[in-house]
Amino acid sequence: MNLFADAVAWILDPANYTGPNAIPFRLLQHLIFTLVTLVIASAIAIPIGFLIGHTGRGRGLAVTTSGGLRAIPTLGLLTLVALYVGIGAGAPLVALTVLAIPPILAGAYTGFEAIDRRTVDAARAVGMSELQIVRKVEIPLGLPLLIGGLRSATLQVIATATLAAYVSNIGLGRYLFTGLKTRDYAEMLGGSILVIGLALVLEGLFVLIQRFVVPKGVTAGQIGALRNARSTSTR
Amino acid sequence: MFTVRKGRLALVSAVAVGAVVALAGCASGDPLDEGTSSAGTDTIVVGSQDYYSNEIIAEIYAQALEDGGFTVDRQFRIGQREAYLPEIESGSIDVFPEYSGSLLQALEADAPGGTADEVYTALEGALPDGLRVLDRADASDQNSWTVTQAFADTYNLTDIASLTNVTEPITVGGNSELESRPYGPTTLKEKYGIEIAGFTPVEDSGGPLTVKALVDNEIQLANIYTADPNIKSNNLLALEDPDGLFFPDNVVPVVSDKVDEKAADIINAVSAELGADTLVELNAESVNDQTAATSIATDWLKEVGLVS
Repeated sequence: MNLFADAVAWILDPANYTGPNAIPFRLLQHLIFTLVTLVIASAIAIPIGFLIGHTGRGRGLAVTTSGGLRAIPTLGLLTLVALYVGIGAGAPLVALTVLAIPPILAGAYTGFEAIDRRTVDAARAVGMSELQIVRKVEIPLGLPLLIGGLRSATLQVIATATLAAYVSNIGLGRYLFTGLKTRDYAEMLGGSILVIGLALVLEGLFVLIQRFVVPKGVTAGQIGALRNARSTSTR
Repeated sequence: MFTVRKGRLALVSAVAVGAVVALAGCASGDPLDEGTSSAGTDTIVVGSQDYYSNEIIAEIYAQALEDGGFTVDRQFRIGQREAYLPEIESGSIDVFPEYSGSLLQALEADAPGGTADEVYTALEGALPDGLRVLDRADASDQNSWTVTQAFADTYNLTDIASLTNVTEPITVGGNSELESRPYGPTTLKEKYGIEIAGFTPVEDSGGPLTVKALVDNEIQLANIYTADPNIKSNNLLALEDPDGLFFPDNVVPVVSDKVDEKAADIINAVSAELGADTLVELNAESVNDQTAATSIATDWLKEVGLVS
């Protein structure tokens, strides 16, 4: 409890708000680093996920690959990449992108898969092209699950982005490493609290986004689906 | 319904049994467990840091002691100093290879530096009751300010003070604690007037990532242990330290009262053979050839004639 008070005192200490190691500066670095990672991971995972979801092909491969990616220890990958590309932001960026791809990929294709096939067939029946089906039916209807995937990726990346400080002068991880190595546990815990705070803020943001992106028709459909599920189970 | 419940029960019991087995495994596998001290009274417990070079030295002690007729219990790779120092002080470990300057600083934060002998004498006085150091070896493994040979040639660098010759910005790389250490960037600026442009954390204790960053010129100055064979194989240069910025870190065995005259003689004989270049050679066998500590120790003991 005392340590906790020390950590809060460390966060509030005005001395930690100036210089190259200032808290707002590190927070911003951490946030930007996380966002860049998510943008890169999304650029890779979302098109692939949509393709898998729309065609229904390659699902097995995607599940195995992304499962395998999840099992890769991030610190190990980071060290391995850093031995090739050298220190700096590059290696953590690669390692964290690998971490972020599986949940986004899963969100993208399960979003498509969760759509009632009859809806897609109906769209096809009224003469929509495949591209129109993807754009006007599958993406809007699958969006809630995709945002869910992005949300879980964000949470993982924001916590793991502390590893960026292993080989570069970036992010809130600097407080964790310095605190641990110099046995300044107030700094270490203070840094952790900042990471947790940042994660919670982004979680809150995603809750709002998720609420906004669900089309009205989907919520109606979900309630209907729920009723259907209930009636079948009692049968 | 019945089968479902039965299946669940089986699952729960399987998990429970698994957990018990796993926990039992932990209990007997924990190197710091009480079990270690229950070893026979004539058993000597040899410990080592979680550092490959330290493990080689500990293995050499262990094999030499075994050759002398002692029973040895190996407790290797017990983390860093914070983790194992209490274990040595409590008498759970009898022999531990240490580094004079770093151990002295851990025991007395404000200890003055000095020559290898001065530090050794100060260390003798700083050890708690029940512990003593045996003879120090000439071999040392200490912190250093290291640059690439090419960088040194460009600016005619020999010792730390000559870093003032450098006209390009110097970025320092190393573990984050380096930034606040008494020999860190701040001291370089205050004591020698060396301008340090920045600090890049590379948290692998002067390992391969730090060496690569130096070679790639992403950092220009790094803290690398002097017994690291990477210095030689990557054409690096540890700058001389005539002012004793770094404490001399000679290899010194810390032993408990359980180490008698005969055992002490065996370990002292090892230290006498452990010359300045020996440690680098032994480390190179581990780093470059990936040889196991046990065979490095056996080969070396035979080579110097301590074990037939």
